[in-house]
Amino acid sequence: MSKPYEEVGLIQEEYNKILEYLDREPNELELNMYGVMWSEHCSYKHSRALFKHFPTTGKRVLQGPGENAGIVDIGDNLGIAMKIESHNHPSAIEPYQGAATGVGGIIRDIFAMGARPIALLNSLRFGEIEKSDRVKYLLEGVVEGIAGYGNCIGIPTVGGEVSFNASYNGNPLVNAMCVGVIEHDKIHRGNASGVGNSIMYVGAATGRDGMGGASFASVELTEESEEKRSAVQVGDPFMEKLLIEACLELLETGSIVGIQDLGAAGLTSACCETATRGEGGMEIDVLKVPRREKGMLPVEVMISESQERMVLIVEKGREAEVTEIVERWGLHAVIIGKVTDNGRLIVKEGDKVVGDMPAFSLDASGAPKYYKDYEVPEYYKEVKNFSSEEINEPEDYNQTMLEMLKSPNIASKEWIYKQYDHMVRTNTVVKPGSDAAVLRIRGTKKGIALTTDCNSRYCYLNPKEGSKIAVAEAARNIIASGGKPIAITDGLNFGNPNKPDRYWQFRESIIGIGEACRELDTPVISGNVSLYNETEMQAIHPTPIIGMVGVLEDVEKNCTIDFKEEGDVIILLGETKDEIGGSEYLARIHGLEKGEIPFLNFALEKKVQKFVLETIEDELLQSAHDLSEGGMAIALIEGCMNRTLGANINIETKLRKDVVLFSESQSRFIITVKPSLVKEVEDRLIKQKIPYTLLGKVAGEALTITINQEEVINMPIKQIEDTWRGALKCLMG
Amino acid sequence: MKFAIIVFPGSNCDVDFYHAFKDGFGVDIEYVWHDTENIDEFDCIILPGGFSYGDYLRCGAVAGFSKVMEAVRHHAEKGKLLVGVCNGFQILTEMRLLPGALVRNQNLKFICNTVGIKVENNQTPFTNKCEKGQILNIPIAHGEGNYVADAETLKKLKEKGQILFTYSDNPNGSLLNIAGVCNEQGNVMGMMPHPERAYESILGNEDGRLILQSIIAFLQGGWKNE
Repeated sequence: MSKPYEEVGLIQEEYNKILEYLDREPNELELNMYGVMWSEHCSYKHSRALFKHFPTTGKRVLQGPGENAGIVDIGDNLGIAMKIESHNHPSAIEPYQGAATGVGGIIRDIFAMGARPIALLNSLRFGEIEKSDRVKYLLEGVVEGIAGYGNCIGIPTVGGEVSFNASYNGNPLVNAMCVGVIEHDKIHRGNASGVGNSIMYVGAATGRDGMGGASFASVELTEESEEKRSAVQVGDPFMEKLLIEACLELLETGSIVGIQDLGAAGLTSACCETATRGEGGMEIDVLKVPRREKGMLPVEVMISESQERMVLIVEKGREAEVTEIVERWGLHAVIIGKVTDNGRLIVKEGDKVVGDMPAFSLDASGAPKYYKDYEVPEYYKEVKNFSSEEINEPEDYNQTMLEMLKSPNIASKEWIYKQYDHMVRTNTVVKPGSDAAVLRIRGTKKGIALTTDCNSRYCYLNPKEGSKIAVAEAARNIIASGGKPIAITDGLNFGNPNKPDRYWQFRESIIGIGEACRELDTPVISGNVSLYNETEMQAIHPTPIIGMVGVLEDVEKNCTIDFKEEGDVIILLGETKDEIGGSEYLARIHGLEKGEIPFLNFALEKKVQKFVLETIEDELLQSAHDLSEGGMAIALIEGCMNRTLGANINIETKLRKDVVLFSESQSRFIITVKPSLVKEVEDRLIKQKIPYTLLGKVAGEALTITINQEEVINMPIKQIEDTWRGALKCLMG
Repeated sequence: MKFAIIVFPGSNCDVDFYHAFKDGFGVDIEYVWHDTENIDEFDCIILPGGFSYGDYLRCGAVAGFSKVMEAVRHHAEKGKLLVGVCNGFQILTEMRLLPGALVRNQNLKFICNTVGIKVENNQTPFTNKCEKGQILNIPIAHGEGNYVADAETLKKLKEKGQILFTYSDNPNGSLLNIAGVCNEQGNVMGMMPHPERAYESILGNEDGRLILQSIIAFLQGGWKNE
């Protein structure tokens, strides 16, 4: 028989710590509350010690990590609130609701700050879709869940990414990001301040769904995980829509001292977190909490993760005002407790005290904090052993190109994003399918660019360098859209931190992100950690997803990836090197996942990024596209699509043909320039000492690539486009 | 000339219509809450897209019973203009103010895309600024936009010129490729595509303006049905 503390996911030394805090044995309610709060998902006990590596401040940062969401200044008295969050385990078990409630949860984090949610993105990882019906089922369900929630609530899903790799076979990743806009003086926080102020509960009634979801998310997935379906919540986007409108209206009245959404660990976390940030204490009565069913125990009420609920800390005497507004939106608000300053979180059932704990002890500030042992994994040295000499050059490059285009990692993701309403609210200027989404900010000339990015194969082969590249590539996406990168939110998805090799990946990755964010001046303003992403078979590839926001001073000057006009000159910025280690080409065509990943040189990276942004702002470019998976060949093809314009490319090189085409060397962009402006652009490139190559021209209806006078590729755009657009749709039937 | 947008709990495109008319054309337009009783002052009522009341029953089924909808029905009976887009179209068919019904898309998926629609009849308050046969590129975003009706209704719609728009490349399985229809009197119009999402160049598309302009022109007396 396992011990009671093991049942709630704690270990002996953690139980001892509880005894110390309470000076007695905890009862069942208290033990469960500690169990959910001290889970990795809520306490970040394995990760907090590493966060010191992140830069979290800067002149634009209005709110850094530690609140419901981070906020960054974009000028004009406006801020952008953003956060990313994972819903991996629920989605592995129940894809539709798992993904839907992931979206619902992250939206609440944004409007809890007082911000109006304006955009959603999502970053998805699945197993081998070409081999598994289970993976197709998961993809279908997850996409429908995201669509079902986002479309109904009326917030556009404007971007994100999805990729496929065997390491996610048993453990998909579903990370949802929400972005909101807020005026500087309207920022709200989750503080339970002012002794005697009322704690009010708004939104859906509490049911038995999502019991212990936070703990469930903090263990590995096993065969038995299917039985934990009750740990998955059920979403109601309509309820949440009403909740958004009611809460934003309430925040305008000045009656709200603090506001907090009920997410992981439900009422337990909302109470102890707001108390810790406020006066330190709180008293609540579980009998006052609206319930969906009879006979619920205090422990069930306290740890339920039922969706669409908020806790408000209301100035004493203004409760009726709150009730009136909430009821106009068809919702109910009830007083469930009050703010105290005795440092205790007291849970009552009527008059009876059923739980009494130091509030801070539950919260991250009182939770255990671990520095884990780490060791370099065995695979790490082995996978580096690779040279491009080991593989044979393809004989038919047209065929190789088609095969690359069919890779679900390269193929068009239209099948996915056409299920998302990406236009509602009519602010979406650059729609899904470009490097980053661009939204205008109504009432200003400004726009914001949004992207998510992470090449997890790189992060597997080299967690530190791969994570740096994830940040750099996100920045390149923003830059190519005409935005200046200003901040990131990170979704850190890793394996079991108790295994030293996994913890090493995690640690390396965090150090890498920190370094890249310092280099590129994009502080980390919020984030989420999801560990234990592994099954009995394997751990996922380390997947630190970078959600980035950039600002466009003039949204009219946005830029997209597609070639615009015949005759435009195509220029490659940066240098192509023999860097096919970890590339999509190596994986797709040669079935190898190994090699040194491309080298990222920040000095060059920053130079190239600055150049691209300036030339876009000076309206010298027709298109800009960063090079990533599939290298130059795929980037060229992506430029040809949309307007069905071909290109004639001519390259002189000492490198192998496949290396030239598919190397994933960093800090590269493809830009197109009107012939009349080429001189101006070249002058600037020379002056700024940026390596570049004139590749050819936009022309005709076919892509031809000639290398050292030999034509290696000649494909009609129509054929390319059919293959590329059809691949995922075809797989999904 | 005064426009009203009815706001139900769950309306999403109310704001989009507001901006399209206000920023795009400077017309007088107001939000009207679903429990309003008197809407006499308005010349044109808009039922916007979204998921009214969560659309948990059938799309648009509950909204028809909102307090304001009795007044909306009277408004239409008086011959004044009533426009339903997307969820608004679904509401109008549920209320039987327009014939037919909108069911699940043929591929069973929500579809968000910009599609071509052909103007079938330009002799209406909603299309008088368009050319007959003109193709407009207008965004769609719906899970249940598959227009169905019995054979007799379809025949009548065709004969009386009540089919205003048809899809160039049918995205959802609608019978006769129907994207938008009006009532026999010609004052009530419903369409699945969103003209309010295509009213300015920065959104990549201005074709929706023609539909909004048609309505304005009609109300200004600049167009009379011959």
